Amino acid sequence: MEKRVTFSRWTIGILFAVPQLLLIFTFFYWPAGQAVYWSLTLQQPWGGGNIWVGLDNFRSILSNADYWNSITASLIFAGISTGLAMFIALVLAALTDRQLAGSRLYRVVLIWPYGIAAPALALAFRFILAPEAGFMAVVNQVWPGSWDPGLDGTDAMASIIIAFSWKYVGYNFIFFLAAFQAIPRSLIEAAAMDGSGVVRRFWDIQFPLITPTIFFLLVINITESFQDSFGIVDIMTSGGPANATNLMVYKIYSDGFRGLDYSGAAAQSIILMLLIIVLTIFQFRFIERRVHYR
Amino acid sequence: MTIIKRGFTALAAGALSTALAMPAFAEPVKFDFWFGLSGDLARVVDTMCKNFNESQKDYEVVCTSQGNYDATLQNTIAAFRAGKQPAVVQVYDVGTATMMLSGAYKPADKLMEENGYKIDYADYFPGIARYYATSKGEMLSFPFNSSTPLMYWNKDAFAKIGKTEAPKTWEDVGADLKALKDAGYECPMAINISANESWQLMEQFSALHNQPIATKNNGYDGLDARLEVNKTKFVQYVTDLKKWYDAGLIKIKSKDLGQDMVQAFASGTCQVILTSVGDHGTVGKTQKEGMKWDVAELPVYAGTERKNSLVGGASLWVLSGKPDAEYKGAAAFLNFIHDPKTALFWSTNTGYIPVTKSGFEYLKSQGFYDKAPYKGREVAIASLTASEPTEITRGIRLGNFTQIRAEFGTQMQAIFANKVSVQEGLDTLVKNGDAILDRFQQTYPGKTLP
Repeated sequence: MEKRVTFSRWTIGILFAVPQLLLIFTFFYWPAGQAVYWSLTLQQPWGGGNIWVGLDNFRSILSNADYWNSITASLIFAGISTGLAMFIALVLAALTDRQLAGSRLYRVVLIWPYGIAAPALALAFRFILAPEAGFMAVVNQVWPGSWDPGLDGTDAMASIIIAFSWKYVGYNFIFFLAAFQAIPRSLIEAAAMDGSGVVRRFWDIQFPLITPTIFFLLVINITESFQDSFGIVDIMTSGGPANATNLMVYKIYSDGFRGLDYSGAAAQSIILMLLIIVLTIFQFRFIERRVHYR
Repeated sequence: MTIIKRGFTALAAGALSTALAMPAFAEPVKFDFWFGLSGDLARVVDTMCKNFNESQKDYEVVCTSQGNYDATLQNTIAAFRAGKQPAVVQVYDVGTATMMLSGAYKPADKLMEENGYKIDYADYFPGIARYYATSKGEMLSFPFNSSTPLMYWNKDAFAKIGKTEAPKTWEDVGADLKALKDAGYECPMAINISANESWQLMEQFSALHNQPIATKNNGYDGLDARLEVNKTKFVQYVTDLKKWYDAGLIKIKSKDLGQDMVQAFASGTCQVILTSVGDHGTVGKTQKEGMKWDVAELPVYAGTERKNSLVGGASLWVLSGKPDAEYKGAAAFLNFIHDPKTALFWSTNTGYIPVTKSGFEYLKSQGFYDKAPYKGREVAIASLTASEPTEITRGIRLGNFTQIRAEFGTQMQAIFANKVSVQEGLDTLVKNGDAILDRFQQTYPGKTLP
């Protein structure tokens, strides 16, 4: 029989929930509601007044080729950087878990990148990937003009993907390592005694057992790649060259705060929010089926 | 309960005593000044504020840097919407149209008049005053830090190709760059093509050649102005720049790539750059030991009657909704900044130029332009006053111009990366720029520029 602790009166329960509800209302529902309202009006930046325009803001955004370009860029960025960050972290965590030489060192060092603020690491990568003075200068010396993020959109996109993945490898690594270590040693040892090799054990035992972690990280990485990319783009490329790295979150910032087009930016935020919601629902609906929770 | 009650009583008593004590001390009236300069320049502004506070006892200005121009405008707007705006704020040149329509300011000329300060507005260099004045000539804000672009050229490099003078026409520039390249210079000229360079490449070029950027006299005559840079001399200019870039005569230098053009020039890597007179000090301080260089007015195409260049920088706006006492302080502060002695202090410590004729004369009388580090900066004044401003060279008054500049950067990058032709790129610039202007006009229905 299940024993439940209940409050004698429902009001007490509500009372306990009130602070949390207030917080959510103040910091989420209210601003989000405000954004919806702004997206349906044309706001004068100084607060002199606004005009109701219905869905005009959405219409003009969705009919703008630059905006679709921005969505494509965001999806490419999200896909590649999530894949890269998760794959590298998975490999590193698997190796660390096997207690290979130097694994203790990894364990400490690999967590650091996540602690670095995005703009700071972007600044570092700007120097590292600078075509004339950085490491890539060597590449340019051998094949002149092959690396030019200042004019080549693909190179610029590669730069921000590298910077972002580098940061999230550390984050993913912690979770993967924890997941690997939660797998009972006896399972691995039993498999080893049955004669299965390292790779076999990884695919048949470890991988299925860490699918919940993989799923969790997939959701987080994709969401973060839409939101946390701002600092990196701002410092490394400012959305250029020729809008090649103008990710959705950066476009919201530049239109809203630099261009003072608050209504357009609000509409873009709503679209971004919907996109993330859809992506997350998709992941829960279709990918989570393959996850084995214990 | 009693504890709480006592607490309240104590609080109330405390508040009362502070309120009573206030008038007895006759503290100076404090008011805020927000500005967008950072680093060295912010320290100079801070010193200037200190000088103002020490020059009198009635007012105290609290100067706060907001980091950069964009952030200053954003933060001011946020503060204004919350009713916590500063009394005085520095707004950059292209924010002028937005400010004029905001209804959030107190006209500077009225403020000075109400507080009994006589300002001779004819004393401002016309090129500077007209940029910030209304179409009727009223000064809604006070010109503050001002600059204009110059051509920086390396005398040593030009000596190698037998030249002792800077090229005056773009035709000569083309020939000289070729000669420099042939003489073994890897980077004859450096440019950058981001949003920021819209200033020297598009706006100043158009002014010098008396070419419009937009209809309606660059927007001075109405919010329905639309861009037209895709059918002016600017097209030829971009075509030439692109041609020289393809021939290796021009290199792109930007901070994102490791070295910006000012660093490239100061280190002797690149021989010609076009940048603000404000960088004059930086080049002097960071230049390669013994390098000889000078500045000249921006070139024009042969056969062009040269017009005045445009002022760049920012002006000081006084915001509405503040108590009268703060306005008195703000007026005193603006008057202090207007003083020629402050102009000397300002120009000595920054690369900015004086904004008034009397300030310029005062600097000249002090021998400012004879001494080594400052010599050459008078060229900026010559460039600004090359002609009486025409209807087109008054300035640019377009809404959301920051976004148009961003669009300029985007299209120039597309052109230089060979994604589109020069004409296609500029056509797109006009098309997207017009959409921005259209949106701005819709946001302010029924309003007109003063």
